Formats: sequence, C-alpha cells, structure tokens
Amino acid sequence: MVGEINIKDVHKKFPNTDPTKEDIVALNGFSLDIKPGSFVSLIGPSGCGKSTLLRIIGGLDKATSGEIYLDGIKIRKPGSDRGFAFQGSNLFPWLTVEKNIAFGLKARHIFKEQKASVQEFIKLVGLEGFEKSFPHQLSGGMQQRASLARALVGHPSVLLLDEPLGALDAFTRMNLQDEIISIWKKHNMTMVMVTHDVDEAIYMSDQVVVMSARPSKVEAIIDIDLPRPRARAQDTFQEYRTKILNVLNLGGKVDEVEYYL
Amino acid sequence: MRNKLFTVSKLLLPFIAIAISVLLYYYIPNNGKQKQTAHPYYLFFLAVIGSVILIEILIGLFVQSIRKRVIHKAPFLTGVIVFLALLNFVTSKTTLLPTLYFPSLDRIISLLVESRVFLLRNIGDSLKLLATGFAWGAVVGFFTGLALGYFKVVGYWLNPITKIIGPIPTTAWIPLALSTFPTTHSANVFLIAFAVWFPVTLMTSSGIQSISNVNFEVSRTLGASTIYQIVHVAIPAAMPSIFLGVFYGTVSSFATLMAVEMNGNSSGIGWYINWQKSVMMYDGVYAGLILIALICSLSLTLLFKVRDRVLTWQKGVIKW
Repeated sequence: MVGEINIKDVHKKFPNTDPTKEDIVALNGFSLDIKPGSFVSLIGPSGCGKSTLLRIIGGLDKATSGEIYLDGIKIRKPGSDRGFAFQGSNLFPWLTVEKNIAFGLKARHIFKEQKASVQEFIKLVGLEGFEKSFPHQLSGGMQQRASLARALVGHPSVLLLDEPLGALDAFTRMNLQDEIISIWKKHNMTMVMVTHDVDEAIYMSDQVVVMSARPSKVEAIIDIDLPRPRARAQDTFQEYRTKILNVLNLGGKVDEVEYYL
Repeated sequence: MRNKLFTVSKLLLPFIAIAISVLLYYYIPNNGKQKQTAHPYYLFFLAVIGSVILIEILIGLFVQSIRKRVIHKAPFLTGVIVFLALLNFVTSKTTLLPTLYFPSLDRIISLLVESRVFLLRNIGDSLKLLATGFAWGAVVGFFTGLALGYFKVVGYWLNPITKIIGPIPTTAWIPLALSTFPTTHSANVFLIAFAVWFPVTLMTSSGIQSISNVNFEVSRTLGASTIYQIVHVAIPAAMPSIFLGVFYGTVSSFATLMAVEMNGNSSGIGWYINWQKSVMMYDGVYAGLILIALICSLSLTLLFKVRDRVLTWQKGVIKW
C-alpha cells in the first residue's frame, strides 16, 4: 500500500522581519511516521507550525534541515503523488468548475487519457449540473467541493488538507466532513489534515497529533479508537476531547479551584 | 388606459419636434450669411432620424425588447432634435454667433455627404495608422509587462527605466521621432505604439504582481510547469488589469494619432481638420470632429465587446 510518510527531525526557521532579531523557529526537530491509508490530524495552537509542516510535505516550502519521505522517496518539490487542498477553496475564478477540476490533468498533459475522471470526480463531490458554472456562482460549500475534486482528480496517494473547512458554516462543514471521510474510504489514500477544531479532528481521524506552541514538536499522539461510522453525539468523544485539551493546557483546572473556597 | 395614452404621447414627441424643426426651417428667414447648400441636408438628416424611430416603433409592435428600447429612448431623441433645432436657429437664422466659426448644420452635413469619398479615404488612412501603431504597442507592451511582472530579475533591471521613459508624454517625442525615423509613417507608428506600450506594460506587470501567491501554489501542487503557469494562471488572472491597460492605451493612442496627423502628416482625419482650419473652412473642421467622435467611440465599443467576451467570469470594472 502506498502513502507512507516518514518525517525525520525536520527543522524550519524563518528569517525575522526585524533583521536584528533572531530567526523564528517554526519547527524544532519534528519527527512523525504516518501509516499508509491512515487519517491523521495535526492540531495545535495558532502559529505552531502545523501549516508549515503540511507545506513542507506538499513540497511548497523547504525544510531548513531534516527530511520527509513519501514511500521511501525524499520530498523535494510538489508532485502528483500529493494532492493539496488549501484553506478556502482557491478555485481559479476565470475557469469553470469543470476546467478547474481538469487543470492538473491538463498541466501534466494527461487530460486526454484521463478525461473520464473529471466527470467521475464532479459526480463524487455532487456537482453535476454545475460543470459550466464559474466559481463566483457557487456557494462556499460547493466551491470547497470543487476544490477537493481538483486536488483528487490526479489520484494522489496522499491528500494534504490545510484547514479546508475553516471558512464554512457549521452545517456545511459537517456535511463535508462526512464527504471527505467517504472519499478517503473509497480511494484508500493517506490523509493529513491541519485543523483548529478539536471535534473535527476526533470525528475524522485515526490519529490526532497534538503539537506544542512554537518552536513546535509533537506533544502527544492520540489514537482515536472509535468504530466508524462515528456518531457526533457519542459520549466517548468527551474523553478524547478532555485528553486533547489537557495536552493543549486548555482543559481548565477544576480541581484546584475548590481549594480557594 | 392612462398608461397607454402616456406611452403614445411619449412616442409622438420626436415627431412633434421634427415638425416644429421643419416649420422653423422654412418660416423663419435665414440670416443670409451662411453659404447655401444644394439640398436641405439638415432636413434630410431629420428625416433619417424620424424614419429610424418610425421603423423601430413598427417593429416594436411585435418585438417587446425593441418596443421597450424605443419607448425608453424617445424623450432622449426628442432632446437631440430640439438641440439641433436650436443650433440651426442660432447659426442660420440669427447672427448671435460669428458665421465663419459656426457653420449651419446644412453645410456640415452637406460636406459629410458630398465629400464622402475623400473623407472615407482619410478615415481609412487614420485607421490604418492607428491599428498598426496600436498592434505594435499592445503586443510589445504585453510582453514587456509579462517579463517585468513575472521575472524578478527583469523587473529589477527594467522597472526603473520603464518608470522614467514611460511617463514622457508621447507628443514630446514627436520632433525626435520625425527626424530620426526613415519615413514619417514609421515615426507615426512608433509614436502611437509608444502611447499604447506604456499603459499596457504597466497594467500587465502590476496585474501579474498583484495575483495572490496561492494561485501559483495551487497550480504548482497540480503539477504545472513555469510556462504552463504563465499561460494558464498569470495571464488569465492578470487579464482584467491588462484590459484596463489596453483601455488607457487606446484612449492615449487617439490623442497621439491626432497629434501626429496634425504635425507633418499629409493624410488622415487629423490632417484634414488642420487643413480645413487653415483654409478657414470650419464646416470641414466640424465634420472632422464628428467623424473622430464616431471612430473613437466605436473603437472603444469594440474593445469592450471583446472584453465582455474574454472576461465573462468577471464583473466589469469600467462601464461603457
């Protein structure tokens, strides 16, 4: 099975905008192994470098030191083995839904051979009838669906999701969470998702990687041993939530308060 | 019922105005200072307007879109006819304005009709010069802008030069261009091209630079090469801005066209105006101005039609 990611001691420094000050360390020796076909969420405080890590996996940024391997091959630049769904939909406004989705196939000159998969993915994300619409004619949720289809159409072994649902309302968000899960199951790929939302992470992932604040490293890896399909209103959710929030120091210290009385 | 009556009277307005114009034309004595024309061309012109409105009304009985348009336009056309009547009254019935500089409508229209072959030849010359200069300027401007906007190294070396040379008014180049280029024609083409080049370059490069980086990142993750990225991301994303540049360029090409035609050219509509002025034939000057207005306005209309085609995905920045 393909889609195994090995992150080995990755450091990432950014030059400070104030040159007299020290560089900003976003990642300080980050290591993680992601099993092929698993769904992993990266969660952590704002600015902890989780998006940076995702971008390095995607090949958009370079690590200052350390390596990331995908199925044993070192990642140096973006590649068709990794799909990337960005924050917000970021569809090309000048292309129709259909052409947005076909963009990657055309760019890699394999459109003729794989023409059929464009329609397949339009169907998969439920956008039939909107092939000829321009992005501005679609709702936020539909744009995000089209964007997912665009990232998926080349059949990558890994899909990287950078807070893909952040800009959507709660209901659209829940719908799309379910759709992403069903796409993941159907296509058997590795999913790495950056999110701010603890519930989303628990609901969707096999594994939640909790990252510490800058300079960040892995604070805890929490396996979510819940059967699928999962129910949002499950009691066991609360346990995981408490666990993750405690790691993030956001659990609240109920016990201590009693002593002040 | 009331509404219908209102509409009908609205549609009658232009014809009433035409009738009054005709009465004024025949029943008020001329001031006798305007040269008489072979035919009452002003009345012919009114007849043309009247017939067009009448035909539109007749078609409008069956086609709703035409009906709406003609009802909407009727008061405006009435205004035009009234304005022409006033103009005709002032110029040919009174001596309020010097007749030398303010020829009668009859004379202007008669010139447009009777010298049409000569005028058309000059229009052709103007359009040819304009199109050649515009094409050079737009193409070179587009590629300069693309290189400046997309490649940082090119921008580093060429941006300062563009910023110093570009803003020089085109007319300031006329003396140098006329003396250094082998022919007047090539100098004129260069000057018009220059007028188009700068705005197109500027708007192309700034359009490309203001593209959100995420567009390029998306295309990289989808496997686009640099060339593919330029053609399929940078250019379409910058297209609204490029069109704005072409629009500014077109407007400034008109100004340059007139400047070069009035300076040393021996044909073209700008030359014609200047020549008519020098022989004190102001009817020719007005005829020339009317033709220029038509040419420029039609060119811009054409440009915006093209833009609406190309930029269907975008809502208009400039309304035309």
